[in-house]
Formats: sequence, structure tokens, C-alpha cells
Amino acid sequence: MFDDIPDLYKDQTADTEEEGWRYVIGDRDARRPPELLTRDHVARCIVREVKAGRGSPHGGVFLDIAWIKEKIPNAAEHIKKKLPSMYHQFKQLANLDITEEPMEIGPTTHYIMGGIRVDGDTQASTVLGLFAAGECAAGINGANRLGGNSLSDLIVFGKRAGEYAAIFAKENGHGTIDNDEVERIAKGTLEPFEREGGENPYTIQQDLQEMMQELVGIVRTEEEMVQALEGIEQLKRRSANTFVPGNIDFNPGWHTALDLHNLLTVSEAIARAAIERKESRGGQYRDDYPAKDPEFGKVNVSLKKDADGRMQIARVWIPEMPVELKQIIEEMG
Amino acid sequence: MTTATFSIRRGGPTGGEMVDYQTEVSEGMVVLDAVHQIQAESASDLACRWNCKAGKCGSCSAEINGMPKLMCMTRLDTIPLDVPVTIEPMRAFPAIKDLITDVSWNYEVKKRIKKFKPRPPDAEDGTWRMQQEDIDRVQEFRKCIECFLCQDVCHVLRDHAMHEEFIGPRFLVYSAALEMHPLDTEDRLQELKDMHGIGYCNITKCCTKVCPENITITDNAIIPLKERVVDEFYDPVKKFVKLFRRRKHDR
Repeated sequence: MFDDIPDLYKDQTADTEEEGWRYVIGDRDARRPPELLTRDHVARCIVREVKAGRGSPHGGVFLDIAWIKEKIPNAAEHIKKKLPSMYHQFKQLANLDITEEPMEIGPTTHYIMGGIRVDGDTQASTVLGLFAAGECAAGINGANRLGGNSLSDLIVFGKRAGEYAAIFAKENGHGTIDNDEVERIAKGTLEPFEREGGENPYTIQQDLQEMMQELVGIVRTEEEMVQALEGIEQLKRRSANTFVPGNIDFNPGWHTALDLHNLLTVSEAIARAAIERKESRGGQYRDDYPAKDPEFGKVNVSLKKDADGRMQIARVWIPEMPVELKQIIEEMG
Repeated sequence: MTTATFSIRRGGPTGGEMVDYQTEVSEGMVVLDAVHQIQAESASDLACRWNCKAGKCGSCSAEINGMPKLMCMTRLDTIPLDVPVTIEPMRAFPAIKDLITDVSWNYEVKKRIKKFKPRPPDAEDGTWRMQQEDIDRVQEFRKCIECFLCQDVCHVLRDHAMHEEFIGPRFLVYSAALEMHPLDTEDRLQELKDMHGIGYCNITKCCTKVCPENITITDNAIIPLKERVVDEFYDPVKKFVKLFRRRKHDR
């Protein structure tokens, strides 16, 4: 990886394996080894290796941590102590001792950085009375979540969302519910039980997963994402014709049938926003626009439902950073 | 690719029957993968709890060929596939549907255990000072993922259904974690003896055997608690001293 370090991190990244090792053992003058670069970059490097035909037998790459036994005494004990869960999981699930052998790894979902558009202080969404926090909400992590930030996001903004939702409820009382609408939706949710001969919802879910992984995954292009949008339309039609057996008690097939609507909505929003953002930034990597574009650094891509139920896309200016936050960043910087 | 048969318990709170499903098995699969495959292929209304698929959430507890195990951590290449693999829900708890049981009794039991009560902070900034070896002792108990497999295998709960009188291995581990915590000042021995039924445990160590986190439940949690209870309530020397004191006091 030494020949593929993003410019932004060049100054902070080691030039040689020797320097990387010094960093690991606590040399404050040494810089971080490149395998500690952000997850999106490491994931792309893995994909590139696999595409170039240098992948491991199961389509990933090898990660070797056993080699530290050449460098330190009691390496096996050290690994078990520092990575107890990983040691245990590899031992039990793959019959592999990571203190002795390299492990096979591959990229999986990192995090959804986008999500429900919320107010940064109150976590209120643009739907009156709806509050969101955590991975379903957008904004806090910018273009790329760094390790550890999800938990602090949940604790801080989960608390705020709860508090502001309580205030909202107190000030506004009950809303009104359109009973016809409720009945229509309730009836709609039960339809999969009645469509004898309809499609298995699991098949549709799996097809969506495979298509999104393939066409809107780690390395993206406009051409492939447009293809994905067409695929989503087809899957939408299929999702309206699902059949599930049984009744509404703990029925995972039925849940999957109901989830499809949301899965397809989120997939479409991701594909549309990713097409609109013609640059590479954080978790999004565009093969057709590999560079960062400072103009896109000033905007969010926002989607909402228009009067015809279609997704409306817009670029929205990112609000200017409050003075007190700017100060903190300057002080840290 | 080989095909294997899985005999899975289907049905609601009462009755229920074992139904055979066939599915293809491949390298690296665990029991939960097979259940998911069966859901997708032939039984989409088959109910089972699961979440992390990494042995960390404790949701997919079941009895595989009669042994309480996590479905996500049980590799198919560790069990014979030439005969049907049986998958049943945990027996110590009421069945809800298929592989799902109602484990809410556990959460009620937990509420009955006196909470952590730390001593006043050691330093002015509100922090404490502990010795590493003191905290190492309770660290093991904190690995518990609350899969309740130990509760399921415990004969006091499973065979004798003494849920009202015995809190089970999980909550003896929880009590031990609190009792042995270097900062805790609460005393839970009276309840352990009278309401939590620690005396019912006769150290068969089945709980230790099934624990997916390899917590040494019996040796490191239950036995030390039993010793504390004995020291407090059944020590003959102490009893004698107490008797003597009382007489002196009476005079």
C-alpha cells in the first residue's frame, strides 16, 4: 500500500514498513503505517487487489498479524489479549488461529453516512414531529465516519432527540389521524398473504442486495448507477407481487415483504445522491470522478418526495459553522 | 455441495411438531445460515431470533441436537450431517413460536437484584482508585452476552421449573460481578440465601459447559458466592461467638 497513499494523508503516513512498525511499538517520531488509513481507502485497495487477480481463495485478501512473533516475545498472548473477540471468532468459525496463520478478509458495509435530514441541535426531521438519531440520521459524520464515533453519536444525539421530542409532544399535543389512510395501509400490509402464486420476498431482497453491491458499491460510476436505478424500478414492480404463507405472528417472510418498500426507497436515494455527487469524497469513490471537488464540499445532496411521489433531488448549502465550533477546530488544528 | 436435513420445531406456545427441511450446505456454514436458507427457500414464516451473527448479541440461542448452543457459532462441519440435525427452542422458557421463546422472566429477575452501590469517590475529582488484580476478577463475568443458555441447561430451572425460587446461573454470575466489585458496598448475601436460592445449585457445572463466552460460571462465580453465604450464616465458630455475645448482652 505504500505506493497508494492519498495526498491528504501523505505527510502523516509512514514511508517504509520499518517506520510503520516503529509507530506500532510507540515511537512518537514515526508515522502511521498505511494499513491504518481510513476504511474506505483500505476497502478500495482490497477490491483493486482482487480485481487484479491477486485475491485470496474466497475472493478477499490475506491479513497477517502473526508475523509480529518475529518482533516481540509472547506475540500469541499479546494478540489474544488485544483482540480477544477476533481471536475467538476466527478460532470458532473458521478453525483458524490468527496468532499462527494469516486470516482472509474482505470489505463489508461500513456505515450509512447519509440518512434522514435532521436539525443539528434538536434532531428534528423535516416531517413535523419526527425525530431521528444514530445511523438513520444524516450529518454528524460528514463524508466518512471514523471508528468509535457511532457510539458517541448515539449517546449524545439520542439524548437530545429524546429531549426535543418530549418538548415537541408537550407543546403540540396529539396530531390527527386519517382513519381511511390507516385502514388503507393496514389492508395493504396484509396483501402478501392473499397473493397465491406471488413471488418469495427473500428472492427480491437478495437480488436487490447483489445488484446494489455490484453497481452502487465500493467503486462507483454513473453508468453503473443509472443501470441500478433501472434495476430498482423492476424490483419495485416485483415487490408489489409478493406472497408469504402463515399469519402475522413473528413471520420473518412477511417482515421482509414489508421491508422491501423501505429497502428500495433507501437504495434509490443512495443511487440518485451518488450520481448527483460528481466527485470522490470520504466513503463515496467515483471511478469517473476520482478527485475531490471543493464546490461539492459546500453542499449536501437532499432528496424528498414530490407531489407525484417521485424523488426530487436538490443541492443544499451546508450551513456555516458556528463561531464557537470554528474556534475549537482552529485550536485543535 | 451436499444436502442435509434439518428437523426444526414448528408451532405456537403449545404442542408443536418437528418438521424436516432439506437444504444445501457449503463450506463455512453455521446452523443459523442453514435456518436462514430454509427461511428463504421453503419456510418464510419460520420464526427465529438473531442479530449479530458473531456470537456477541446472544439472540440465537437454541438446542441443536439437544445441546444448548448459539446457532450462529455452531459450524455445520462440527455436527454429523448424515442424520437429521434437530433444532429446538430453549426448553426452560415458554415457547412463543417455532424457535422463539419468551425470556422475559430473566429481565424480571434482574430487577430484583440490588444495584451497584459504589463507595464515595477516592479523589476530589470524583474518581476512584482500584488495583488491577481486583478488577481483573470481575472482568470475566462482564463477558456475559445474556444468551440464557446457562439458564436453559440448569436442571433447577429446566427440569424442576423453580423459576420462583432460583435466579439461575446467569444471575448468580451477575450477583458475583457486583459482590466482588472492588467499589461496591452493597450486601446481597441475605437475598442470595433466602430469595435467590443459591443453595439449590448443586454444582453440576452444566452452565459452565454451555457458556459460549467460556465464563467459568460455577468455579469462579457460584462457588465463591456459596462460600460467602456459608461464612455469613453457617459458620459454627461465628455462631458460637454470636451466641456468647448475645448471652453477655442479655445479662
